[in-house]
Amino acid sequence: MTLQVQHVSFGYDAGRESLGEATRSFSLCDVSVTVQRGSLTGLLGPNGCGKTTLLKLMAGVLRPREGSITLDGQAIDAISRRELARHIAVVPQETHPAFDYSVLEMVLMGRHPHLGAFQLEGPDDIAIAHDALSATGTSHLAGRAYMTLSGGEKQRVVIASALAQVPEVLLLDEPTASLDLQYQMEVASLLGRLNQDRGVSMVLATHDLNLAASLCDWLVLVRSGRVVAHGPTREVLTAAMIQQLYDVEADVHFHEASGHLTVLPIRRTPMTTATPS
Amino acid sequence: MTFLESAMLHVSAGRPIRARLSMTLLGYGVLALGACLLAPLVGSTSISLSRALDRSIPFADNVDAQIFFIARLPRVLAGAIVGASLASAGVVLQALLRNPLATPFTLGVSAGSALGAILAITFGAAVTLGPLSPVPLASLAGAFISATVVYAMATRPGRPISTSVLLLAGVTLNSFFSALILFVQYMGDFAEAYRTVRWLMGDLDVGGFGPILGALPLIVVAFVMFAMVSSSLNVLSVGTETAATRGVDVARTQRLAFVSAAIATSAAVSLAGPIGFVGIVVPHLVRLMTGVDHRIVLPAAALFGAAFLVACDLVARTVLAPVEVPVGVVTAMLGGPFFLWLLIRKG
Repeated sequence: MTLQVQHVSFGYDAGRESLGEATRSFSLCDVSVTVQRGSLTGLLGPNGCGKTTLLKLMAGVLRPREGSITLDGQAIDAISRRELARHIAVVPQETHPAFDYSVLEMVLMGRHPHLGAFQLEGPDDIAIAHDALSATGTSHLAGRAYMTLSGGEKQRVVIASALAQVPEVLLLDEPTASLDLQYQMEVASLLGRLNQDRGVSMVLATHDLNLAASLCDWLVLVRSGRVVAHGPTREVLTAAMIQQLYDVEADVHFHEASGHLTVLPIRRTPMTTATPS
Repeated sequence: MTFLESAMLHVSAGRPIRARLSMTLLGYGVLALGACLLAPLVGSTSISLSRALDRSIPFADNVDAQIFFIARLPRVLAGAIVGASLASAGVVLQALLRNPLATPFTLGVSAGSALGAILAITFGAAVTLGPLSPVPLASLAGAFISATVVYAMATRPGRPISTSVLLLAGVTLNSFFSALILFVQYMGDFAEAYRTVRWLMGDLDVGGFGPILGALPLIVVAFVMFAMVSSSLNVLSVGTETAATRGVDVARTQRLAFVSAAIATSAAVSLAGPIGFVGIVVPHLVRLMTGVDHRIVLPAAALFGAAFLVACDLVARTVLAPVEVPVGVVTAMLGGPFFLWLLIRKG
């Protein structure tokens, strides 16, 4: 499945169509991104550049003011929420349920778009949920209360819940933020595996340049709501680009042992000329 | 781990939802039915259930049947309906607002309803509609007006409800209407003021099947809507954006949840006055016993709420007999300390 964002602009002030309560005044301007089938796309950029907004637009949670977002050529506006959720799943930065659901219950919620209004989940749905738990290494947590888990465990359970939707596209918003090194590695290798084994296309918004370098085959660099560069990771992830994106001087090297680029930030540099707003 | 907790884990862990739902409906159904059948047997005159249900004795000669069906059953059924409505409305609003402390009265519906009733009591309106007499009718109108005001403030066309505006508008309206209630009460004479206070305490003595039949259509509509939203409430309570990405039409579900809870609350309050605590204590108790899945909690809370209020009313009319304690006082005196005890134990 190909998810295509074409010339999309969005403003919270004019639209205020956020499904949550928090609205910020920010806009995306003429953004185009193509997520090819089976690809792993990294979305990089400083805080507030519009990464999360772009993910929400891709998930159909927000509607663009201009431009179009299509799934295999069909506008996602024209697809029902239920149908869209069978193709696109989202892993948000943090998930705080209001009630004390068990891990299995949280994962089974991923089956919601596949069930009719009065339909209860059957053996097939439970098998899919257990499969998602085992794929994320959380089977042993199934009976635990979600709220009692550690940050890393929670994140893996939320990924399992998204997998239970059996999506073709998975959108992840900083999935490794607030995780320690061990869990970062775990989640990273989990995502790589899911992409390889299940062919799930992924879009990964992240601040972790090394994570993006190790996982993603394609990068989209966003600053102030505009795409400043996009292309294969090896071509786009350069010291010059990092300078332009973050105003930070960095060393970018190919690391033999890990087999991917590594980024070593050195120092903050003066602001570059502002990108058009 | 206490017995209650281990029993809860036993019921909720791993078992398929279908089996849990059937067990819940059966267990709580028997409890509610038992309460409705047994409560009418208790009172100043003792009667026997078998004699009351004995069809071989003509009704005119069967004193037990007359007491059961005419004197006591309407009150018990009113308790069951009001208890079920308030408890379910509590469950739905807690999920909608993502706040376990929300109650059916958080949204200003009860205060609007009370203001309507008190205006009718004080200024003696004489409008009736079918089985509805002036006071319930005015209270229903007050409830609908306040629900409409709160709803209109929290929504904009085509967008999801702002739950924070919903909550703030409800709380503000509650205070505003409470002030108006005090003012109207102050303007009335002593007899009216007494009736007002009595109404505010909640009373299930509806005096016949008429008022129940009047409220029933609204309650049926509310329960059909509850059934329609129950499966989406789980995902909605995780977060509106998560719900949207799991295939929930968030705006529609929120609308259904608010309107159904408002209708159930309005009908319950117009029937029996604002009986507190049922809408918060029952959902929490049920969650402790069944887990938190709304597809189970919602029907369980409806049935348990029915049994709970019938039991509270039984206490209300027997504990100081022949004097009756207002049922709202009993629900608060039983519910409050029990709830605190639960919180202390959980902490």
